[in-house]
Amino acid sequence: MKQSTINPSEEYKYGFTTDIESIRAPKGLNEDVIKFISNIKKEPHWMLEWRLRAYSRLKNLKEPNWQKPKYPKIDYQDLYYYSAPKGSENKPKSLDEVDPKLIETYKKLGISLKEQEKLSGVAVDAVFDSVSVATTFKDKLTEKGIIFCPISEAIQKHPDLVKKYIGSVIPITDHYFATLNSAVFTDGSFVYIPEGVRCPMELSTYFRINASETGQFERTLIIADKGSYVSYLEGCTAPMRDENQLHAANVELIALDDAEIKYSTIQNWYPGDENGKGGIYNFVTKRGACRGKNSKISWTQVETGSAITWKYPSCILQGDNSVGEFYSVAITNNYQKADTGTKMIHLGKNTKSKIISKGISGGHGDNTYRGLVRISSKAHNSRNYTQCDSLLMGNKCGAHTVPYIENKNSSSNIEHEATTSKISEEQLFYCNQRGLNQEEAISLIVNGFCKEVLQQLPMEFAVEAQKLVGISLEGSVG
Amino acid sequence: MLDIKSLSASIDGKKILDGFDLKIKPGEVHAIMGPNGSGKSTLANVLTGKNGYEIKGQVFYEGKDLLNLPIEERAQKGLFMAFQYPLEIPGVNTNNFLKTSLNTIRKVRGLKELDSLDFLKLVKTKTKNLKIDEKILNRQLNVGFSGGEKKKNEILQMTILEPKLAILDETDSGLDIDALRIVSDGVNALRSKERSFLIITHYQRLLDYIKPDFVHVLVNGKIAKTGCGELAEELEKVGYERMEIAK
Repeated sequence: MKQSTINPSEEYKYGFTTDIESIRAPKGLNEDVIKFISNIKKEPHWMLEWRLRAYSRLKNLKEPNWQKPKYPKIDYQDLYYYSAPKGSENKPKSLDEVDPKLIETYKKLGISLKEQEKLSGVAVDAVFDSVSVATTFKDKLTEKGIIFCPISEAIQKHPDLVKKYIGSVIPITDHYFATLNSAVFTDGSFVYIPEGVRCPMELSTYFRINASETGQFERTLIIADKGSYVSYLEGCTAPMRDENQLHAANVELIALDDAEIKYSTIQNWYPGDENGKGGIYNFVTKRGACRGKNSKISWTQVETGSAITWKYPSCILQGDNSVGEFYSVAITNNYQKADTGTKMIHLGKNTKSKIISKGISGGHGDNTYRGLVRISSKAHNSRNYTQCDSLLMGNKCGAHTVPYIENKNSSSNIEHEATTSKISEEQLFYCNQRGLNQEEAISLIVNGFCKEVLQQLPMEFAVEAQKLVGISLEGSVG
Repeated sequence: MLDIKSLSASIDGKKILDGFDLKIKPGEVHAIMGPNGSGKSTLANVLTGKNGYEIKGQVFYEGKDLLNLPIEERAQKGLFMAFQYPLEIPGVNTNNFLKTSLNTIRKVRGLKELDSLDFLKLVKTKTKNLKIDEKILNRQLNVGFSGGEKKKNEILQMTILEPKLAILDETDSGLDIDALRIVSDGVNALRSKERSFLIITHYQRLLDYIKPDFVHVLVNGKIAKTGCGELAEELEKVGYERMEIAK
């Protein structure tokens, strides 16, 4: 089959670096570094204490190693845990005060912060390495009582809310990477939607790793109070580097009675080159608690980047009649690996969950769906529906489905469906004969395959995601 | 339109076309008949650019070398093939596939792309004219289609894409009489002074509905005999074997 000729720089157009002076914490992981981070963020003492408790626990923890994609040992002492553009210690009050180079960076990424304010109607929080550099639309949101700001700012200005909810879904006693994050998290977004408020616009955070030898540990906390609704989207990119960079984020969602949170991710970290050199290790813990009755949390993820993606956005369905959803597209091309899925923990009565997972593997890519559905003895009349579809391109890639099902309640119902298919040369020939070139044909077939998931994305991002899905698979059929 | 000069094609070392010559002028309808394994489908595949063949000889399409063009460029330049076995593509909506295809081709031809509304109007008119149930438009491309529906869908695509040269690869096989009529009506409606057809078939039956200008008998990878419509009827009577002996 004809190999597509693509300029490598076109394959990952976000691979540039921004030449900007930065302030870094000393290399390595120790109490001093944690104090440095806490200090530079002007955190209250309780936050530092919390971090240090997490750190002391971390010392007794080991990295989990049950996952399918293996990776070389990470030297945690050889990383920087804090890197920030110089001058960001004093938070800019308006976009005009933000370093023009940063504004330019986001423009290159397709996020024009200034225009965004005027045109698109999406509120954006932009996180560059370890700090948040700009949040748009703040005033309009404040009118409704909505808080959308960097988490470092929330720790200072809304300590009661943060104190009450941080670690309540992902405690500091969790697994290695989650606890590491609790010790060293640098920035991320904080969202609070007051009772009865429907957030009038999409909230969005854009994460960007720029500095080398730096890990990114962001922490996001979203609280939807009773009867409120919010839709939140995160996007991610990083420069092309030979080294593997660690990204270990924690995301906690809390939905109270009758509240709904829709959380979408378009993950396009640098995936490494076509020989598998470099790329981001995307080891992320995402968990939502449907704490109130009739609450709903819906995760949608489009995972196209990273050398290794390892994450299970989960729902703890505590409230009666609560609903958890997980829609996922995971693409692995070249030497990318993904081990992703979800956990649906049914605790309340009449709880419902739905899992739609679409795994696409091309090149030497390896894709694992791993998911847990647990129905506890008290979760009467609960239901789960799971559908896992895998699409293979070429002969060197792999797809695996590992469902774990635990049902302790006889009035509950669990369904699981799985399919595996392959894009054939015949199908491509058919599309070519109708005038479509290889990339267009693949994009069409793959977008058809994952349509159910892409439809879940907010409209503003669905088109972008469709294009991304096409680009990620260029040259994947050898 | 099309000029094929001593074309040979082999697959895995086995020669299938062997010194094949054919000239098609604008507006002409050529039928190619031949027994199983005579190379009919290979001819269609080689002309459209399918991979996997070792090819010798020359093919000129509108005066230009065809064999070096990628598959999609041949299609964009107006070469269309109705597949013998149209492919199923799950998840891809038939309507969307057709629209993407048409707009890609329109773009190359320097025409304005059709928006969804204009496209829908066009496709509705065409399905109606062809007496094809428009429900197939909202189904996944060829998925779960009956044999007849698949072939009708090919004719619908041909009608919408308006090719310059259409190759029909055994489109008639497996069709009942009603579907056969839809297929041949579709072809006849498209016949014009500029548009040419290459109709590959086993049976003379289709040629009762589509009157070809020329009928060629393909035996062992080359044309053994050329005639007009009566040749097909004669073939039907005596069979390919006797024809071969006559050669």
